Amino acid sequence: MTALDQISHQLTKRDFESDQEIRWCPGCGDNSILAQVQRVLAELSTEKEKYVFVSGIGCSSRFPYYMNTYGFHGIHGRAMAIASGVKISNPDLQVWVVTGDGDALAIGGNHFIHTIRRNLDIKILLFNNQIYGLTKGQYSPTSKIGQVTKTSPWGVVEYPFNPVAVALGAGASFVARTIDRDPKGLQDTLRAAAAHKGTAFVEIFQNCVIFNDGAFNDLSNKETRPDRVVTLEDGKPLIFGKNQDKGIKLDGFTPVIVDLNDGKHSVSDLLVHNVKSNDPVLAFIYAQMSENPALPTPMGVFRSVEWTTYEKDIEKQIEIAQNKRGKKTLQDLLKTGDTWTVE
Amino acid sequence: MSAQSIKTVDEVTIHLAGDSGDGMQLVGHELTNIMALTGSDVGTLPDYPSEIRAPAGTVAGVSGFRLHVGSVDVHTPGDEVDVLLAMNPAALKASIKALKPNGVIITNMGEFDEKGLKLAGYESNPLMDGSLDKYQTFAVDMNKLTKEALKSTGLDPKSVARCTNFFALGMTLWLFNKTLDNTIEFINEKFAKKPQIAEANRLALEAGYTYCSHSESFAFKYEIPSAKLKPGTYRNLVGNEAVALGCAAAAQRSGLNLFLGSYPITPATEILQALSNLKEFGVKTFQAEDEIAGICSAIGAAYAGSLAVTSTSGPGLCLKSEAIGLAVMTELPIVIVDVQRAGPSTGLPTKTEQADLLQSMWGRNGESPVAILSASCPSDCFECAYEACRIAVKYMTPVILLLDGYIGNGAEPWKIPNINDLPVITPYRHHDAHTFEPYMRHPETLARPWALPGTKGFEHRVGGLEKKHIVGSVSHDPDNHDFMVKLRAEKIKKIESEIPPTTVYGPESGELLVLGWGGTYGAIRTAVETCERKGLKVTHLHLRWINPLPKDLLPVLKRFKKILIPEINMGQLSRIIRSEFLIDTISYNKVRGLPLTAREIQTRIEEILGGKL
Repeated sequence: MTALDQISHQLTKRDFESDQEIRWCPGCGDNSILAQVQRVLAELSTEKEKYVFVSGIGCSSRFPYYMNTYGFHGIHGRAMAIASGVKISNPDLQVWVVTGDGDALAIGGNHFIHTIRRNLDIKILLFNNQIYGLTKGQYSPTSKIGQVTKTSPWGVVEYPFNPVAVALGAGASFVARTIDRDPKGLQDTLRAAAAHKGTAFVEIFQNCVIFNDGAFNDLSNKETRPDRVVTLEDGKPLIFGKNQDKGIKLDGFTPVIVDLNDGKHSVSDLLVHNVKSNDPVLAFIYAQMSENPALPTPMGVFRSVEWTTYEKDIEKQIEIAQNKRGKKTLQDLLKTGDTWTVE
Repeated sequence: MSAQSIKTVDEVTIHLAGDSGDGMQLVGHELTNIMALTGSDVGTLPDYPSEIRAPAGTVAGVSGFRLHVGSVDVHTPGDEVDVLLAMNPAALKASIKALKPNGVIITNMGEFDEKGLKLAGYESNPLMDGSLDKYQTFAVDMNKLTKEALKSTGLDPKSVARCTNFFALGMTLWLFNKTLDNTIEFINEKFAKKPQIAEANRLALEAGYTYCSHSESFAFKYEIPSAKLKPGTYRNLVGNEAVALGCAAAAQRSGLNLFLGSYPITPATEILQALSNLKEFGVKTFQAEDEIAGICSAIGAAYAGSLAVTSTSGPGLCLKSEAIGLAVMTELPIVIVDVQRAGPSTGLPTKTEQADLLQSMWGRNGESPVAILSASCPSDCFECAYEACRIAVKYMTPVILLLDGYIGNGAEPWKIPNINDLPVITPYRHHDAHTFEPYMRHPETLARPWALPGTKGFEHRVGGLEKKHIVGSVSHDPDNHDFMVKLRAEKIKKIESEIPPTTVYGPESGELLVLGWGGTYGAIRTAVETCERKGLKVTHLHLRWINPLPKDLLPVLKRFKKILIPEINMGQLSRIIRSEFLIDTISYNKVRGLPLTAREIQTRIEEILGGKL
């Protein structure tokens, strides 16, 4: 970071609030996510004019209008393609994509995997509410088997995507999961994503109060959460439960729950999380845990590994080409190849 | 030494044909270069199958290259062929239809064995059965002579066979009275890393040349006097490459960075390839995952301040439709280059057509006007691409540049412009953050200011939802929508003022005007010139801008009793002219995947003037 990037005064959450009236339903999880994003960005040492928020279509995609930064409300599914152009064009910008389960995983699935594959330095916040909200209640690619919606009156028969597993499968360098009703966990995850140099993918479980209310209740309720959620912390064993007395160990390739009070197991039997592991296999195993109702759902950062980013590599190639071929003028360009002169 | 005579001609059309793997495109490009370097005007048309390697020896696998050379103004790759080089029976079969009576056939006798004839579908050997009697046929066993010439190289038979195309090129260069120096230089450069192959190709080239000078095969050599091109420095330029150069030049001249978001598609891919090799000029190319990402990345790049371009062909233009609408709504400058191929659907991917005009005009949801211009010949592509960029930036609008496929792949000499003669490109910026509004308007162009992310005090949001006039917030107000729809249309209409006064070729008024657009330019002009020489009164008007149309177009059209519009579609410009001006037109439509010929347009002109239509 250069001196120019240093901000002259400390920004506050309010600096990131635009003058637009927020049109999300009262009680929608989007409101909380917006507030946490504004809080976290205010803490960081980047001027707000350096941020570009890009979205597609859906309830979540209204997000850029509420941020007093640069913003682009795109078309359905294409936020990541637009964001790629912004970032490649000007790598100094901090580009954040806000998308939903329909936007990113149905119509925009292709852009989602390819953006991740290229490892552009952009942040992708996927608000997953397992339903189509803006079109009023059809099933999405993350809706559960059997879920009754307006387009699945007899229940969904499609197997859902697990967004964390898809991102890992596409080779994401940073993958995390969090939930709208856990402001602290959400903020920690956003901070980690912001610090990552490369594509940072964050799945945010988000409650749709109108069309899929309570989809994540067991993951957010004070009563059930401790037994239903295991928080991934780098370098720490996977422990959860109201009394922090349960852990996850591997039986072959299968994660199983062990009772730390049963006299047979100790903390040393448990899986210890390593976000920097180059091998994504364990992260993938964690990702699958949420598919098994007997196991707790992991939250936090699954993976955070850094390598070169697409836009930096392009800048590097330009530099190499200029060094090798010399900086050329427009006239040089036009005269490339065989020429002849007519008197 | 035989006493061959010199036959001086004003123009000659050569057609090279062989198997897809025979290297005919390479030979064609080199022959074009030699002709251009030695003072001829040229026009070319590669004609290749969409399969990379269709079964060897079959008609489906024939790859052709048409080259029209002249001391006169060459407008087309030539309708009818004077000299046909056919490397095998299939090539002969596929190309002979275009050969003039008494035309020259040079062919590789070594391929006319039982197998070769059968693959080509010949029941008897055309070299023996008298079917070629009306032509001058020179059948030479190029296989054997090449093998002989390369004996000393110790190369394997397969590599030797690959040099046969240079033997043929050697013969051709002799026939056109050229020296070998340039070609030897080309071979040495091209195969610099494979000296043995370079040597073999050189030997084959010289063997072909020497064979002609020692044998008495040909009774004559062609001599084409130098063309009367305007003074200046020239280079040979392919249309797609010209587009790449035009965009790169516009970026340099405007001080903007060039960004191309694109997905490979025939016949437009060369634009992506050419620009990806201009890194030293700071050009950024993004080979996207699909056509939609190609244009969306360009829109993102435009928002961030780049001169943004996307290149495609018809099927890709379909996929980009929604995003073009987004660029209309967000009023960002992007250039969409459509190198049109024959459709619908996958159609004939390597063949030319002009059937994307109405799609460009109206192929989007809502009232979604964009600027549209078209290139008339390969060398015109540079200026059109530059102009498309200039207008996009000045008016903050998407611009569609249409090329006929054969213009994109064709080549001709191009007079290299002086950069100081290129028009200035100045983006419209607003410098006072306090008075800035994202949808405020330039008083003349109606452009909104281009404020770049990263600039303090200009934070704003754009998007596909309707925007409130001036302030740019989301607005569902009915009157605002009506106003904005009309404003966006008005902005495109304003581009009229950029179009120079309409000029015509031929009489300023009269019986018949031939109105064209895009790649039919050469065929129409040649037809009109021929008619002129025959004493007929006919005028040619060629449009570059189609949206908006030139504001003085109607008065010009009204000076003629009849308007003939030849197009490689079912009458798309005709529809526009009729609906715009409520005047009648006569359509001439042929949709064969091939350029219109001057001959067929001439026939139509004569029919109309003769009172038959």
